[in-house]
Amino acid sequence: MGIIIRDLHKSFGSKVVLDGFSVEARDGETLVILGGSGSGKSVTLKHVVGLLTPDAGEVEVDGEVVTTLKQEGLFALRRKVGYVFQFAALFDSMTLAENVAMGLRRKSDLDEEGIAERVDECLRLVDLEGYGDRAPSELSGGQRKRAGIARAIATRPQYLLYDEPTTGLDPVTRAMIDQLILRMSDELGVTGIVITHDMDSAFRVADRFAMLHNGRCRFQGSPDEIRASQDPVVRGFIEGRPELLEKES
Amino acid sequence: MQLLLKPFVLLGRGGVSFAAGIGRWGVLTADTFRALRHVDVWLRLLIPQMARVGVDSVPIALFIALFTGIVLALQASYTFTGAIPLYFVGVLVGKTMMLELGPVLTGLALSGRVGANIAAEIGTMRVTEQIDALETLAYPPLAYLVVPRALAGIIMFPVVTALAIGMGIVAGWITAIQLLDMSSADFFNGLTLFFLPFDVTYAMIKATSFGFIVTTIGCFFGFHTQGGAEGVGDSTTRAVVASSMAILVLNAFWAIVLL
Repeated sequence: MGIIIRDLHKSFGSKVVLDGFSVEARDGETLVILGGSGSGKSVTLKHVVGLLTPDAGEVEVDGEVVTTLKQEGLFALRRKVGYVFQFAALFDSMTLAENVAMGLRRKSDLDEEGIAERVDECLRLVDLEGYGDRAPSELSGGQRKRAGIARAIATRPQYLLYDEPTTGLDPVTRAMIDQLILRMSDELGVTGIVITHDMDSAFRVADRFAMLHNGRCRFQGSPDEIRASQDPVVRGFIEGRPELLEKES
Repeated sequence: MQLLLKPFVLLGRGGVSFAAGIGRWGVLTADTFRALRHVDVWLRLLIPQMARVGVDSVPIALFIALFTGIVLALQASYTFTGAIPLYFVGVLVGKTMMLELGPVLTGLALSGRVGANIAAEIGTMRVTEQIDALETLAYPPLAYLVVPRALAGIIMFPVVTALAIGMGIVAGWITAIQLLDMSSADFFNGLTLFFLPFDVTYAMIKATSFGFIVTTIGCFFGFHTQGGAEGVGDSTTRAVVASSMAILVLNAFWAIVLL
């Protein structure tokens, strides 16, 4: 049933971050949301799992309106959603294996043996086999990002939200994470929302694009459509030409 | 005119901010009680937290009590000399350690050790999105973070306080027989002279309430941390100051209500 964001408004104090943003991630597709720093991309993702409450508008995930759910309903919804944080947000008091197992203990019916097997499988998927006993502080930035992905996919969620999954990584790790995102979508049918600045990565993983600008959806369409777009804001962003963006504002 | 009004404006704002803070702490406390129903989440975390809050705090509590007991015995002897029988040193050491200094000094020491630790840990989790991560993994953050810490405080503060009271009395006794012209019989005669079982109950009520207040205030400031390292430092300082003040206020409250 996908993820539908309708007319979302959110302000922090006097700063308007979202001003009627609407977008849809259809079932099984990977939607890439583009936008400049501070444009509200992460804020949008947090609304999808109910970490933030909108001032107005609503978010629908798998047919359920997130904004109307009580705590138990939110927990039930979060069992279907995996979230990859920008800086991984690993629990630093736990080992990597314990981090990956956290969601499984809460979201699955697996016994300890099953959990250990799933943890090994997920760490292998992100090329961190044998790192299970390490503390997050012993990992590099790229390894932490991959560990965050392993934790998010461990419960085999229907929906995956990626908050800048490839930012700050070397090209090889970036390509590896892109392949992982594609695999989640192609093999497991996961519906994904990826927010990123990284255009190479975005074109590799996107089924469709949306662009968030001044709190609203500036563009929504396929990779071919965004390449052909004549909107100066869209062109300025994907070609890295600030003069086009400045002209517009 | 505006300059004259400024102190009142600042005072008013401070008062409103203080009242709002108490209100938000009250909401967190009420939500924590509701989170008790998630037994499967907090139960396995309780024993490790009891070790961190209680067992790890025993050395500092005993250290403080040791020197408090020594000073109490010497000051009592200095004050009583020639006017009051010396066995009253035992009365003063016992009553003071039990009713006042044992619970309050232990509470203040633990507000620094435990309260600061909790605020810094939860504050760091807040600014690094670990609390958000907990929520996305379907863990109720209050059940996972606050309930085990608050329960550990409620259970372990009385235990640590009881040990501190014992240490203070033993230190006072050893001081009395080694440095003052007193026998053990004199000291223990004084110690039991005005002893009431309620003294122990009173000390434990205070310690339990201090345990609750220190841990929940630490959690409160941790949860409301904003920004980065500076925000964590700020929350930690606020947690220690607020819980120390709360201990002193609660101490007076229990004296008014129970004595």
